[in-house]
Amino acid sequence: MSLIDLANPTRFLALTARVLPWLAAITTVLLAIGLYQAAMAPDDYQQGATVKIMFIHVPNAWLSMFVWGIMSVEALGTLVWRHPLADVAAKAAAPLGAAFTFLALVTGSLWGRPMWGTYWEWDARLTSVLILFLMYLGIMALWRAVEDPSRAARAAAILTLVGAINIPIIKFSVDWWNTLHQGASVIRAGGPSMDRAFLVPLLIMAVAFSLLFLTLHLAAMRNEVLRRRVRTLQMMQASRQAA
Amino acid sequence: MTSLAALIRRDIVVALRAGGGAMIGVLFFVSVVVVMPFALGPDLALLKRIGPAILWLGAMLASLLTLDRLFTADQEDGSLDLIVMSRTPLELSCAAKALAHWLAAGVPLIVATPLIGILLNLDATATFAVALTLLVGTPALTFTGMIGAALAVTLRRGGLLLAVVVLPLSIPVLIFGVAASNAAVEGAMPFGTPFSILCALSLVSLVVGPFAAAASLRHGLD
Amino acid sequence: MRLTAQGLKCVRGGRDIFSGLDFAVPAGQALAVTGINGAGKSSLLRLMAGLLPAAGGAITLEGGEAELTLAEQAHYLGHRDALKPSLTVLENLDFWREFLGGEAIDGPASLKTVGLGHAVHLPAAFLSAGQRRRLSIARLIAVNRPVWLLDEPTSALDSSGQTMVAALMSAHLRSGGIILAATHGPLGVPAQELRIGGDA
Repeated sequence: MSLIDLANPTRFLALTARVLPWLAAITTVLLAIGLYQAAMAPDDYQQGATVKIMFIHVPNAWLSMFVWGIMSVEALGTLVWRHPLADVAAKAAAPLGAAFTFLALVTGSLWGRPMWGTYWEWDARLTSVLILFLMYLGIMALWRAVEDPSRAARAAAILTLVGAINIPIIKFSVDWWNTLHQGASVIRAGGPSMDRAFLVPLLIMAVAFSLLFLTLHLAAMRNEVLRRRVRTLQMMQASRQAA
Repeated sequence: MTSLAALIRRDIVVALRAGGGAMIGVLFFVSVVVVMPFALGPDLALLKRIGPAILWLGAMLASLLTLDRLFTADQEDGSLDLIVMSRTPLELSCAAKALAHWLAAGVPLIVATPLIGILLNLDATATFAVALTLLVGTPALTFTGMIGAALAVTLRRGGLLLAVVVLPLSIPVLIFGVAASNAAVEGAMPFGTPFSILCALSLVSLVVGPFAAAASLRHGLD
Repeated sequence: MRLTAQGLKCVRGGRDIFSGLDFAVPAGQALAVTGINGAGKSSLLRLMAGLLPAAGGAITLEGGEAELTLAEQAHYLGHRDALKPSLTVLENLDFWREFLGGEAIDGPASLKTVGLGHAVHLPAAFLSAGQRRRLSIARLIAVNRPVWLLDEPTSALDSSGQTMVAALMSAHLRSGGIILAATHGPLGVPAQELRIGGDA
């Protein structure tokens, strides 16, 4: 089964129908293991038990960036390589990226509360993630604004690539802006070097969340393929001559 | 009355289904509010003090930008002709459209306020006060803005011109909305004073807006 | 019932479109408004519909309801179709029915009459130009109005569509209605002719 076969929506549906239950099962198992390990890990000497939010926060933050990278590849697939399923993938990925980013923001906010005394602090890292969240929402809005999916795909692909170029620029600018206003404490994730007791659960959770993304991504792609089929059927129905 | 109910229902359904739906207005609101600290600096104490003002400015701008299509969409597809011709008084039809617009675009802003209040370091009292003033004040923004929206149909330029025309008219609402929010937080004056003026402004706009809009539409038909 | 116009004058954008127009249309009859492009056919219809102010002259509908204006007793079918693409075909029709009169009619049956029976629950965005026209025409039979002001009713329609429109117009005339239609070709029902502008 080569990559070319995956380009055919029907084969894609058939393949994912077989693969998805297994993926979902493995994801669930890994998440369970990861959460158990996270619960068993020792408390941090400085932050206490709240440090364990890190096991959810860090994978989500990492994924929020990673998903934009995946969307960029899918954007290239739409614009450059003309892969038939590239835009389906891109459309399916955007809400997932937004969700992971949102989770990163919320867990980061909860984690920071004991540190800062407020639920929000305009520090460089959290602010960059907030901007990324708005960019995800913008892409989602763009997808919905254009009725024809293939035209929306090109617009969204361009915006995704522009976003990819801009993300490092935004990150740099926000870091610089933050240093101008130094005074608030800066949070450090888990300390400069991570103890093995933290590292293993963290890696397991990172892999588990990545698999979660893959599972949800494929499922969302299936939905999008089916949704487009319904749309095509409706259009054919409309153009059918009345009896 | 079923005709007005039908109009309100249609406008809400179209607003929710077409394009980005209610999300766009809220997304713009959030973006405007998020952008402010980059200009002002992340000083949480400062943001807390001017938070209500930032939220009100964001709501006003979001409201303005979504009002652009209030009448022009119907004019472009020919629905406006039929609405003008119908047995329902045009003033009531205009009011119904503005109400539908407020429900679809204004109410989501109010719902989003508590979340954004967190970003601006507002406490519960302040957030609640801002949300309450927005609840009472956003109808005023919509019903005042509809006058500009009706003019935009005639002028066919819409957009910025509508904003330029409507912004001065919206200043009283902004003043009393922010004043009421600050009064709830700082207590320098009783909350009731600016709040009741805000309510009065809204009620006046509920009457003046539809009449002015209907007059503009009739005048501007071609 | 009788629709009369005397000395109608129309000025649009500073230009005199027509002046001194007279006609009378009794119940059960149609008036075909003809003329070259730009002569003022659409302007006349919009003027009758109250969407354009008359620069002079008078319009009277004798035998109609006294408290209602002519516009409130008329259907106007313009160049644009007054459809929302995000609503389904039936939702579009139901909206106009409820907004214009609220009579309870069988929506799907009306849609079947105009040839859209197979598209009742489809989004209007998927309709072709001719099908959109048919949906607007469905509005004419969904709500009862004595006067029909039609601007090129058969434009965008194929021959079966034109037959359908002619049949609907005949039925309307038989029940005592009045039709004013701007048209380039024959209407499909017997009609007086009102030519605007000189001969080409």
